[in-house]
Amino acid sequence: MNPDESVIPRIPLGDWVDNGFDWLKANLSWLFDLFSAVMNFLIGNLTDLLVMIPPVVLIPIFALIALTLRSWKLAVGSLIGFLLIVSMDQWETTMQTMALVLIATLAAVIIAVPLGILAAVNSTVSAIVKPVMDFMQTMPAFVYLIPAVTFFSIGVVPGVFATIIFALPPGVRMTELGIRQVDAETVEAGEAFGATRGQILRGIQLPLAVPTIMAGVNQVIMLALSMAVIAGMVGADGLGKEVVDAIGTLNLAQGVEAGLGVVILAVFLDRLTAALGSPGDYQGSLMHLVQKSIAQRGSAMGGAGSV
Amino acid sequence: MSVITADGLYKIFGRRPARGVDALRGGTTRAELREDGLTAAVIDASFQVEPGEIFVVMGLSGSGKSTLIRMVNGLIPATAGDLSIGDQPLSSMAPAQLREVRRKRISMVFQHFALLPHRTVGENAAYGLEVSGVSRSEREAKAEEALSLVGLAGWGGYKPSALSGGMQQRVGLARALAAGTDIMLMDEAFSALDPLIRRDMQDQLIDLQQRLEKTILFITHDLNEAMRIGDRIAMMRDGEIVQIGTSEEILNEPANDYVAAFIQDVDRTRVLQAGAIMEQPPETLGAGQGPRTAHKLLRETQNSWLIALNRDRTPRGVLWEDDVAAAVREGRDDLPWSTRHEMPTVHQDSPIAELFAESAQHASPLVVVDDDGRFQGVIPRITLLTALGSVNGNGNHDTSSDDHSNDDSSRGGDA
Repeated sequence: MNPDESVIPRIPLGDWVDNGFDWLKANLSWLFDLFSAVMNFLIGNLTDLLVMIPPVVLIPIFALIALTLRSWKLAVGSLIGFLLIVSMDQWETTMQTMALVLIATLAAVIIAVPLGILAAVNSTVSAIVKPVMDFMQTMPAFVYLIPAVTFFSIGVVPGVFATIIFALPPGVRMTELGIRQVDAETVEAGEAFGATRGQILRGIQLPLAVPTIMAGVNQVIMLALSMAVIAGMVGADGLGKEVVDAIGTLNLAQGVEAGLGVVILAVFLDRLTAALGSPGDYQGSLMHLVQKSIAQRGSAMGGAGSV
Repeated sequence: MSVITADGLYKIFGRRPARGVDALRGGTTRAELREDGLTAAVIDASFQVEPGEIFVVMGLSGSGKSTLIRMVNGLIPATAGDLSIGDQPLSSMAPAQLREVRRKRISMVFQHFALLPHRTVGENAAYGLEVSGVSRSEREAKAEEALSLVGLAGWGGYKPSALSGGMQQRVGLARALAAGTDIMLMDEAFSALDPLIRRDMQDQLIDLQQRLEKTILFITHDLNEAMRIGDRIAMMRDGEIVQIGTSEEILNEPANDYVAAFIQDVDRTRVLQAGAIMEQPPETLGAGQGPRTAHKLLRETQNSWLIALNRDRTPRGVLWEDDVAAAVREGRDDLPWSTRHEMPTVHQDSPIAELFAESAQHASPLVVVDDDGRFQGVIPRITLLTALGSVNGNGNHDTSSDDHSNDDSSRGGDA
């Protein structure tokens, strides 16, 4: 209780926000229905697809992707990791979580990158976006679940909604940072040769910002994964729900197995997206080897001189 | 008609910069303006660059030269004053027109190359054309042509990171050349390179300029570089152009103590040319005259030698007093050309550093001629040695130490 209520009045901030959300729910329900339908469709189908393919087929595909983008070590690691998940009987829940994370990440990136670009080219937008992002990132993640449930009731949709909001900030920040830190002289070179702002953005700033933007996407995925577990509390199927069940029944065995599933998924996605951001760093990747052999064949045919 | 005309250009950074222009015109100093929160980068700069000229703007860091060059292609708009490219005034242009000028008329080479690391050398060279919407095949051909001009034929497929610094700047140069503009702006283009490579690049630039007849505005903080490549040099200090002239004019008649202090360190034997130190002989002899006339002239001028000229003023030879005296004694009618003393001739544009060897081999004075081989003057050995003495002694230009400390403080505040 506030002992000095006569001096500092109680401001019912929480009630105001609550009323605001009620108003939103009453007036924008069509929007929430649309979001709900789209997310259910995307996540449902992706989950069905991932679960439908037998693990003996899907796991080698994951390993092949790891080999293509990064290294044989990650390929072997993910092979062992996913086999462990299958043998722990967490395959289906892991695939549900993966679908949730991938869709949430996709949505977050679709929102974050354009917003980051806008913030990078316009200081006013940047000044507005920055505190909003700070707010979104520091607000305890659980709080997002409350309005999410208000809007979408329980299930996977409030989970993905809260995940998108929670995972958005690093995507916006890193995109803005990546574009702003492009060497000023290089941008000036674009201007000096008469490039338009769009040409400079597409031809110079964005390509040079890709490693930083990809580092942001990597962060988005990691945050999405951590939030996906919390999303289990509102009934999103997947590893999160397993963890929540394990807490409820103090079932250590189930908790450890589901937790390990999250760890393996996290390592796999993290290493893959890191490799996407700076492909040049991974000389052993299949992609790099193929490029090299093409380049060698090209130069052997005397093509090195061609522009 | 001048290619670039700047008339009373001002650039002031800060809030409401226009009031700074009025203040400066009213006699306020740059330092006073700074206390007001305004930075005067360029103050009342006027100059013209003629077609096919290498015009160098020379100044220390913070002198405003980088701002000045960016005002020429509109990267930085002027606060006051007029700048025209040909007869088009830049200040009245809409953004689209300005872009068109940058695409068609002015290209730029940057200090740190500013190449695009994710594109190949060929794509970098073609950048200006790509921006203007030139078709792929045409711009690739032009880029390849520009790359071979700078000696990088066959490197088009590599990434810039595979190239050395000097080669990267050649790509920067090729990018500017490929754009096909008649004006090139070069912002400290060679300053980031090793001295030996810088020398190479300077030679290459002069060579390219002569072949392609580009108009070049070159920025540097290196006076030797300025003197080496510049047809004319503008000396800048604290935002103002303090002197514009050829390297010889600046060396021989520095406009103020600042310029004088600057040129102390220049190796003048490489900059001063034979034409600048030659002197006129007291008399010359027509080659058709006889020994008696020669004898009379030698006696009147108290000289030991005499230059004989043909009717078209090309030098015929050097006559020495003992040979002339002997010819008069023997009663000969033809001039006694000496076989001991052949006549060393040098061009008036030769740097005096190249004259010493020539002078050491001959007792005769060096005979200076112009492009058509016509006689211009002589450099006796003693004159050459005197010139060397004054070059290294710095005796001509008195720069008091008080002035130096002033220079340093204002420069320091400016950095």
